[in-house]
Amino acid sequence: MTCEELLKALNDYVDDETMVAVCQEFAAHLAGCNPCQVVVDNIRKTIRLYKDGEPYPMPPAFAAGMRDALREKWKAVYPQSTG
Amino acid sequence: MSSQPPESASVPLADPDREIVRRAQAGDFAAFEELVGRFQSRVYGLAYRMLGEPHDAEDVTQQTFLSLVEHLRDFRGESVVAAWVLRIAANHALKLLRKRRGLPTVPLTDPSGTQEGYGDVPHPEFIAPWRDDPADLAERHEIRELIDRVLADLDEKYRAVFVLRDVEGFSIQESANLLGISEANVKVRLLRARLALREQLTRVLGDEAARVFPDHEHG
Repeated sequence: MTCEELLKALNDYVDDETMVAVCQEFAAHLAGCNPCQVVVDNIRKTIRLYKDGEPYPMPPAFAAGMRDALREKWKAVYPQSTG
Repeated sequence: MSSQPPESASVPLADPDREIVRRAQAGDFAAFEELVGRFQSRVYGLAYRMLGEPHDAEDVTQQTFLSLVEHLRDFRGESVVAAWVLRIAANHALKLLRKRRGLPTVPLTDPSGTQEGYGDVPHPEFIAPWRDDPADLAERHEIRELIDRVLADLDEKYRAVFVLRDVEGFSIQESANLLGISEANVKVRLLRARLALREQLTRVLGDEAARVFPDHEHG
């Protein structure tokens, strides 16, 4: 595999895409290439770190202001509503 | 954080939020507030990660829920509620990114249809296994600061792809549609984003003693 093919395959491999031919060739390469194994593992952990992180707390003052704005909008769109 | 990836739900019957939307569509404001409560952190997080600035994230969050009020009746349940809400949020965030003036922004779209290549993608340099598991790392305050800073330093056109695809779980196709670029370019930008974030994080979180060096060209 060339560098370019390897990088493309690495991306697909991280995504677990069903590009069997590419992934089989990459998997074969991976089996004999510790640096590539580590890079794939690093990338998967990077994604998990962002994906599984704590939610961002919204500033309470903003949350209160947004509630008021939404209530006003709601009255305009749903004038019959009791909300 | 993410309970339900947008692309996962072409099974609207299994959507726990569908009933809340149905009540809100009937004019029940309390149901709408419940919907806001369920999604506001996720919407704010998406906007914050994409824009890197709290006031912009607030703008996007408010615009998203105002849009929801306006278009609530249009929702027919073709996708899960989470996907619908996050798509609206992503659109507002991208709109704001494009509107930023006087800032060093890079166009998010590829109107000329140019294919971005893999040829000049920077290869991994610092390669080492991480000392800790992401689940443990995510709970540490200084790590949260680190990952925020590293993401904020990323060029916004790569950051947008990473947030949409890897953090929020949009498919490659949906990410391409939202950004107005080809699927091939989404993949290239995603690789650049992943490698850049990996490089910076591994320099801090990697085990120096277990560092490995490529013995061949590709790095």
